[in-house]
Amino acid sequence: MLTQATAIATNRFGTGAKPGDAERIGNDPAGWLDAQIGPATAQPAAATRPKSADVLSEIRELRLVRQAAQAAQARPGGQQAAVDPAAIREFGQTIAENYQAQASSLYATAIATDAPFRERLSLFWANHFAVSADKQPIGAIAGLYLDEAIRPNVAGNFRDLLRASIQHPAMLLYLDNQTSIGPGSLLGSRANQGNRRVGLNENLAREILELHTLGVDGGYTQDDVIEFSKALTGWSVGGQDDGPAARLGAMAGRLGIAGDTGAPGEFTFRGAVHEPGSKTILGRRFGEDGVDEAEAVLDFLAGREETAHFLATKLARHFVADVPPENLVAKLAETYLDNDGELAPVYRALIRAEHGWREPLAKYKTPQDYLISAFRALDQAPPPNQVVALATQLGQRPMTPGSPAGWPDIADHWTSGDALLKRIEWSTTLGATVGDRIDAVARLDDVLGEVAGTATRNGVRRAESGAQAIALLLAAPEFQRR
Amino acid sequence: MDRRQLLSSGATLALAGPLASRAFAAATDDARFALVILRGGLDGLAAVPPYGEGTYSRLRGPLALGAPGSDGSVLPLDGLFGLHPALANLHRMYGDGQLAIAHAVASPYRERSHFDGQKVLEAGGTSPETSDGGWLNRALAALAEESFGRDAIALADSVPLVLRGPVTVSSWAPSRLPDTDEDTLARVREIYEATDPALAAQLTQALNARGLAGDAGMDGGLRGGGQQLAPLATAAGRFLAAADGPRIAVLESGGWDTHANQGAAAGTLAQRLQQLDNGIASLKTELGPIWERTTVVIVTEFGRTVAANGTRGTDHGTAGVAFVAGGTVAGGRVIADWPGLGERDLYEGRDLMPTLDMRALFKGVLGEQYGLSARALDTLVFPDSSAVAPVDLA
Repeated sequence: MLTQATAIATNRFGTGAKPGDAERIGNDPAGWLDAQIGPATAQPAAATRPKSADVLSEIRELRLVRQAAQAAQARPGGQQAAVDPAAIREFGQTIAENYQAQASSLYATAIATDAPFRERLSLFWANHFAVSADKQPIGAIAGLYLDEAIRPNVAGNFRDLLRASIQHPAMLLYLDNQTSIGPGSLLGSRANQGNRRVGLNENLAREILELHTLGVDGGYTQDDVIEFSKALTGWSVGGQDDGPAARLGAMAGRLGIAGDTGAPGEFTFRGAVHEPGSKTILGRRFGEDGVDEAEAVLDFLAGREETAHFLATKLARHFVADVPPENLVAKLAETYLDNDGELAPVYRALIRAEHGWREPLAKYKTPQDYLISAFRALDQAPPPNQVVALATQLGQRPMTPGSPAGWPDIADHWTSGDALLKRIEWSTTLGATVGDRIDAVARLDDVLGEVAGTATRNGVRRAESGAQAIALLLAAPEFQRR
Repeated sequence: MDRRQLLSSGATLALAGPLASRAFAAATDDARFALVILRGGLDGLAAVPPYGEGTYSRLRGPLALGAPGSDGSVLPLDGLFGLHPALANLHRMYGDGQLAIAHAVASPYRERSHFDGQKVLEAGGTSPETSDGGWLNRALAALAEESFGRDAIALADSVPLVLRGPVTVSSWAPSRLPDTDEDTLARVREIYEATDPALAAQLTQALNARGLAGDAGMDGGLRGGGQQLAPLATAAGRFLAAADGPRIAVLESGGWDTHANQGAAAGTLAQRLQQLDNGIASLKTELGPIWERTTVVIVTEFGRTVAANGTRGTDHGTAGVAFVAGGTVAGGRVIADWPGLGERDLYEGRDLMPTLDMRALFKGVLGEQYGLSARALDTLVFPDSSAVAPVDLA
């Protein structure tokens, strides 16, 4: 039987209890969590996954093939016979296949992991630095972004996590930075002489300030956004001579400016579009320094008190309560600043604070939390090709928060009658497939333990069938929360 | 006779005859209201371009639409304003006097964050910090107090902030999962009632909505999902038309954050507008004769920059447009204290200047169609808002 503290360690801090956790964790649940905050170890599946740069290069090739095929098709009296319809389809299919594979891999990792606290932290930071797979070509690399930018840095220094996330092609492309051009840059000034209008795109700068570092109340102004977006000009992705960036490449060619030289699909700095001169952000002057300039701004932002407070608030909200206790937030922020942005001490402060261990059911599970914890509880794995459809049906299509703010982390967003009914319906379906093989009464002790109330206990015990007992276990209020 | 005058006079209740009873019914029991929230910040100057302004074409650059009569041109409204060519159904409604457009409108929010902007829009306060549930939920509470309660439904997987609060509302989104049997449902409900009344209430609402959806033939055929508004608008229409269905519906649509390559007469934004236009047309079709008692309000968290940015898109701005459609609306007009597009007319030198508080539109609907008192509107629904007078919409 799981004690309340062990149930909290597995269900709240982890991705959900598995049968056998009571024995594995023993009588020091906080120590079990602590042991997971070490340096990054290679994820078993990561070695076999493709690199995002390779996927982006492949997609670029396919887009060029598709464009050529479409152009041939559109030509009057064109060579219809020569067009291979598969060439047109392959571009979208490749994105879709990569997305499906990475979404199911995300679920498989979170379901199988023996370091579920570390896994939850990775998913937390991936949501903090959110990209959304519903914008092309992000769908093809959103899961690889998690592996490449987030996982290696999850227990390191926030500065490294910040830099790795912002410089990853997924983030740069998601927030349009590859299209932003300094009006006074080599390319910008030449183009604007020629009566074309090119200039800044504020998207990435604004979201870094608002969502990744200072927070919306962090004291920055519109001028700070513009100055920061100037500092970020040039942060781009290699091989962007297709799609929306084709215009820029062509323009650079006409103006006789060296175009993109970066390796396809990798971070690259394009000096020809970088706005020259110093920039002043939050009163701090940053001298012209090419690619290093925006890195200096990121480091500066990472060290701000506002950032410490904002990150502490989000962590406390995720792990303790929708309205996080102020003294806990203050403690975490202080720990962050005292340790120069090192994250492991912050996590230790979080799990050593009493706040997270009081209310066992303070947080409502997101659909993703719910599904992953249900599969862990039943020791099942979803068929890879069904993950996306299932998660979408329950209201959280994988890796598509639809906004750079990420998925909301409060119950009000996720509690709705319709969403609840769909969880119940799915519980029934799953119960029907495993109910004859799993003893639901014993499983209740294994995964909810002392947290399960009398009504749930009685409901599961008195169920008319094994299938119904599993359905009731997964539909129970104690299983909707963590 | 104006409906509000009718309502404000106790004597009119004694009037015999069909006019009085119909008008009274329209203002209390039978009114329908649909709120459509466009998330991401609709570019108001693209949807309702002030093509009659001398500086419009220059400022919009690659995003400018041609004057009426040219290729891919605006659909004319009143000489100054036109509609984006993708909004053909809305243009027809305007011609029929069933669409009013509010321009240079904004919530009280003046920064440029999507998330805070939506929070202010939906919470109904003046800053993102004051977010004690949504204004439409508080309106439901006030209605229950002043006359009688009405049900509301969110056509979404989760209930948006505008509908969150103490009054339980239902939600509905298409489902492919097989139904749970009655016996299991009864046992789940028993557990919820014993341990978690909030979940119990949600389950009840969901089953009621599911029942209505079944009655209205929505069990199948409403896929489409994703960002398509039309399937949800069709469902909303059926819910609102059902005899014992909800009277208020909230719909959402994303994908309006057009930072890059938003296009002009064609392109990304044009496609989104087309989907919006189709959605509103679907809603009208489903409602049939009930459209005459319906008000649809379409809003977004903020407008976008007046000038195109460096990537043929627009960045986050301030004032934008809102649409008010339906049989209850005295339409065929653009409601605007137009600030102009001159350099000194702009908000912070870059955005359309707000001259109308969006809450004035909401107050107009809730006052005219539901008879909510000014006191309730000024203090409960939109706290401390007595300075914001309702817009006369009917």
